[in-house]
Amino acid sequence: MLDVTAEKRLGEFQLTAKFLLPAAGVLALFGRSGAGKTTLVNMLAGLLRPDSGRISLAGHLLFDAQARVDLPAERRRIGCVFQEGRLFPHLDVRGNLLYGRRRSPTGETGFGFEAIVELLGIGHLLQRRPANLSGGEKQRIAIGRALLSKPRLLLLDEPLAALDAERKAEILPFIEKLRDELWLPIVYVSHDASEIIRLADRVLILEGGRIAASGDVAEVFGQPAMQRLVGEQDAGAILSARLESHDEVYSLSRLSFPGGRLLIPRVAAEPGAELRLRVRARDVSLALVAPAHVSILNVIPAKVRKIHAAEGAHVDVELDAGSPIWARVTARSAHDLGLVEGMAVYAMIKAVSIDRQSVARQGVSEDPRRPN
Amino acid sequence: MPPLQLTDAEWQAVALSLRVALVSVAGSLPLGVATAWLLARRQFPGKLLLDGLVHLPLVVPPVVVGYGLLVLLGRRGPIGAWLYSELGITLIFTWKGAALASAVMGFPLMVRAIRLSLEAVDRKLEAAARTLGAGPFDTFFSITLPLALPGLLAGSVLAFARGLGEFGATIIFVGNIPGETRTIPIAIYTATQEPGGDLAALRLSIIALLLSLIALVASELLARRMDRRMRG
Repeated sequence: MLDVTAEKRLGEFQLTAKFLLPAAGVLALFGRSGAGKTTLVNMLAGLLRPDSGRISLAGHLLFDAQARVDLPAERRRIGCVFQEGRLFPHLDVRGNLLYGRRRSPTGETGFGFEAIVELLGIGHLLQRRPANLSGGEKQRIAIGRALLSKPRLLLLDEPLAALDAERKAEILPFIEKLRDELWLPIVYVSHDASEIIRLADRVLILEGGRIAASGDVAEVFGQPAMQRLVGEQDAGAILSARLESHDEVYSLSRLSFPGGRLLIPRVAAEPGAELRLRVRARDVSLALVAPAHVSILNVIPAKVRKIHAAEGAHVDVELDAGSPIWARVTARSAHDLGLVEGMAVYAMIKAVSIDRQSVARQGVSEDPRRPN
Repeated sequence: MPPLQLTDAEWQAVALSLRVALVSVAGSLPLGVATAWLLARRQFPGKLLLDGLVHLPLVVPPVVVGYGLLVLLGRRGPIGAWLYSELGITLIFTWKGAALASAVMGFPLMVRAIRLSLEAVDRKLEAAARTLGAGPFDTFFSITLPLALPGLLAGSVLAFARGLGEFGATIIFVGNIPGETRTIPIAIYTATQEPGGDLAALRLSIIALLLSLIALVASELLARRMDRRMRG
């Protein structure tokens, strides 16, 4: 378990953070640049000393301002993966992977070299130099290097931010595997809501050096106040749903969620799987009567909970359909439909708007599943 | 004897010069790295003074440096007297003294090159090494130093070449003793002072030129190899 209380003043900037992370699972640190993510990460890693507070990890005290404890980075056992990878250019891939391994405590068991190499699919790269690797390969090596140092916590600091969409799509499954197959708490820092929705169970929102919100990903991202933080394009709701069956003929998957049923493009999961999916507000439109003869597959009865005025031509409509759903319509449509709070409407969601990047399996079960 | 064939005495001067320059570089390299690291990475009171002191031999006349060494390290000098009585070491009029004079003169060049390469090392890589369990010393020797190797090489070659050419400080501090302190430059000087020494001066000058050229080319080749390794 990671237990953090920390304060740090850097010039005009003041960071105050207090949070807990259970023994496994992914905690996302979300915030725009300048929100204090890097400061917090560096304090965890031991690269920056907090002004006050206390940090402990798995029962080991890492920092305590009052007791004057400040464990140096090399003794904190926190495996870090940075945005730029930070592979050592004078060592080959094997040398990089083993750098932390050789310096880790001998008595303790950790992930095996072969197991990690296989998990990350980097066996064919071992003799290469970092300069000859693609951005995605570099990040995989950096993850392997951190894991092999026998960490008690994995700290991923925007590991995908420097990659293009294609490389991101290449790495994300590996991080999902880490989450699902290794019994290790992970702190995942990102400013990309879709990464967080896909990977994290819990999220901590940083804004201007303070924790603006924290909790379950679906809950936090569903809050009205979060819409602004997530960004204009990404605003919307997170739904928890269960995969019921597949429609092989049309390559669709049927899901059930508290508000009813949903059809989305076929996902690679077994029936019964608990999924989390993101439904962007801009992909949801509204009708007053159940529409017929339309291409939209998902029509869900809902009630208008609140209409949030936004800048420009649109309004964001918060709906209650058993789960919160958000719809973005033009202010004119809202006026023409005569939308008011409490009104019964139909939310229409285009199935194709829910792509691979918007669907995630729910977090790990609570069983310790150690490799080997 | 063909006119370009070196005499035994001249060979002696060449061998001595190589030994003096090599020993001066090898002996001053650890201190050079430490000084360069202090200047590149640390903030401390008196840093400007240290920086100035290190660079002094570049701007002070070499004979003045030689005279300073003579005053400090002569048999009756404050340091020299102690070295002789406690450790039995005599620097004055010995090849070791010549190596010291050459080290002092080459020190600014060495420190400058190493400092530049240390400043170019990405501190984030060092931070990454720390998070992987390497302590500060470990990090320095496993990450910082290997990455600064091209600078160490460049600094060493510069100091070596400077040592081969050292004249002023050497002749004041350790004199002109054949086989002990008569290095190539001093041998050339001696030859030009003797009637009919022109050819000897020419031969030695050609040798000096060749040695410097070989040192520079060798270091360039090594640097390229290191660069290739880093680039994969």
